[in-house]
Amino acid sequence: MSAIVKIKDLHKSFGTNKVLNGVSLDVQKGQMVAIIGRSGSGKSTLLRCLNGLEKVDAGDINVCGHDIHHPDRLNLRELRKQVGIVFQSYNLFPHLTVERNITLALTTIKKMSVAEARKIAHKVLQLVGLENKIEAYPEQLSGGQQQRVAIARSLAMAPELMLFDEVTSALDPELTAEVLKVMEDLSQQGMTMVLVTHEMAFARKLADVLVFMHQGKVWEIGPPDELFSNPKTAELAKFVSSDL
Amino acid sequence: MNYEFDFMSVFANWERLLYGAWLTIELSALSIVLGFVLGTLCAIGYRSRNWLLHGLVKAYVEIIRNTPLLVQVFLVFFGLASIGWKLTAETAAVIALTVNVGAYTAEIMRAGLNSIHPGQIEAAECLGMSKFHVYWHVVLWPAVERVYPSLTSQFILLMLASSITSQISAEELTATANLVQSETFRSFEVYAVIAVAYLVLSFLFRGAFWLISQMIFVRKRKLGTNL
Amino acid sequence: MNSFSILHVQYLLQAAVWTVVLSLVAFVFGGVAGLVIALWRVSPNRILRSIASWYIQIVQGIPLLVILFVAYFGLAIAGFKLTPLVAAGISFAIYCAAFLGEIWRGCIQAVPKTQWEASECLGFNRFEQLTKVILPQAIKIATPPTVGFMVQIVKNTSLASVIGFVDLARAGQIINNSTFQPFTVFGCVALIYFCLCYPLSALSKHFERKLNVSHR
Repeated sequence: MSAIVKIKDLHKSFGTNKVLNGVSLDVQKGQMVAIIGRSGSGKSTLLRCLNGLEKVDAGDINVCGHDIHHPDRLNLRELRKQVGIVFQSYNLFPHLTVERNITLALTTIKKMSVAEARKIAHKVLQLVGLENKIEAYPEQLSGGQQQRVAIARSLAMAPELMLFDEVTSALDPELTAEVLKVMEDLSQQGMTMVLVTHEMAFARKLADVLVFMHQGKVWEIGPPDELFSNPKTAELAKFVSSDL
Repeated sequence: MNYEFDFMSVFANWERLLYGAWLTIELSALSIVLGFVLGTLCAIGYRSRNWLLHGLVKAYVEIIRNTPLLVQVFLVFFGLASIGWKLTAETAAVIALTVNVGAYTAEIMRAGLNSIHPGQIEAAECLGMSKFHVYWHVVLWPAVERVYPSLTSQFILLMLASSITSQISAEELTATANLVQSETFRSFEVYAVIAVAYLVLSFLFRGAFWLISQMIFVRKRKLGTNL
Repeated sequence: MNSFSILHVQYLLQAAVWTVVLSLVAFVFGGVAGLVIALWRVSPNRILRSIASWYIQIVQGIPLLVILFVAYFGLAIAGFKLTPLVAAGISFAIYCAAFLGEIWRGCIQAVPKTQWEASECLGFNRFEQLTKVILPQAIKIATPPTVGFMVQIVKNTSLASVIGFVDLARAGQIINNSTFQPFTVFGCVALIYFCLCYPLSALSKHFERKLNVSHR
């Protein structure tokens, strides 16, 4: 199996604050990797390094064949066509319809015709169960629906890797389930996914690999069942017991 | 008060006044379009990290906003003529008005551009869009929608301020009124008539801007809410 | 044809004093009238509200230059032989009253409605409500845009030159007609205006930051 993400000894600071302190991690094709940890442990920063939103200070990081640690040789736009990301605050374009939100990148970057782009929009909206909302504007949708549209928007670009940055944290509990269902479906269809999440039950049930981060390092890594039932370190034990 | 009002001698000149009003519309419309483009480019330049560009734009905006339009018009018309660039009054008027409205537009558009949440720009870039496309589709038009009331107020002020170009004899409405007044000696009547004419023009411009907003801000037309 | 010299600069500075005088006249008289307009705009009396509203709409829809001409010639017809200073002062006061009235109306309305309700429940009549509770708060909100509008007033006084008032702009025209150095002369005029206006602009921005209020 080929590794889509290869990270070796990654370091990153914000000013004097060392956020990533020697992270090494591989993600294989088709895996769902869930990253958990306390706030400040570096989880979101690590995720954002994967599509070039954050620059790295030291270490090797290779995503979909791109060397992110060499920014001058990096074709950021090519990388981002292959790596999709969904944000906590959805970041849908409020002045555009759901359809246009999805077709915008397709028509401007992939230079598709309007008809082709529409077909893809219909397809991805079907995947997330929102085909009937295609003419709606984001403000007419609930938080859960907006987040599902955001997922559809990223999927439309046919990425090889999908990143999810705490995508249910801003949602009311009753809306979280619909988003998690979409993510479960995606995983079953074979998408490679890396997610930063607080949804422990979800991670435990569906993730192939669980990564527990602490103080900027990969503190423990392995199958979720093993980590939850037999944490090897005191920090993970404390984290698991305080959350479940 | 033993003064006989005589509006008929003013109305007898209705064709000339109408032509003057038409020129006011032409001058204003052209200056508004050019000034909007100039101001928007300056607002984008103001946000750049290039300190020279940032400084130049800031200086341009502050100088224009802190000096009277009349003096700016004189500088363009008489100043350029003195170094050999003899412009027609109308050309000088458009240049001065464009430069003037460009500075105000830059300030307004700067606020508009800053009001776009950085998350939007991030999301668009993460889809792989180029900087130009991000600006055009995600930043610029929502910014214009947000500051549209301020922009259109400023543009109407510009249309009214075009009356100042009568001082270099641009043949717009006020200058035409000056001519009619010098021939008929009906000062009060002439200026009262063009005061009403300007009110009508203000109303027309406001209507035109409303129509334009209905056409380009589709979401606002359909939903009626603010961005 | 003589050359632009320090004597000319002195002449410009003397004219600048008249620019300041005219600006103050416009602000004071326009301010008093503007306050009345603002209060009428928020009055429970429908007639007063209408009058103020129409006044603002009409004055804001006419160029200042035209208002200047109408007032100047209109007053002459009515039998008032006025000096350019007085005619200009009256015209600017009419103009400023409309704009200041609109600005101040917005500031009065920006005071939270709960303040009106609370003061009414304490037994204040309308006059006491306004003077003791609402206006003091409105003044705070009004300071940045009012100082900002003062910049407009100073710039607008340049139009008084058109009816013969010798302000800074007119002085510049007079000098240009004898020296024929428009860039130098009007450049100097612009510089003096800038020195008058920029501190007011900066002060307005300072107040806006300090009071942390954003107003259009």
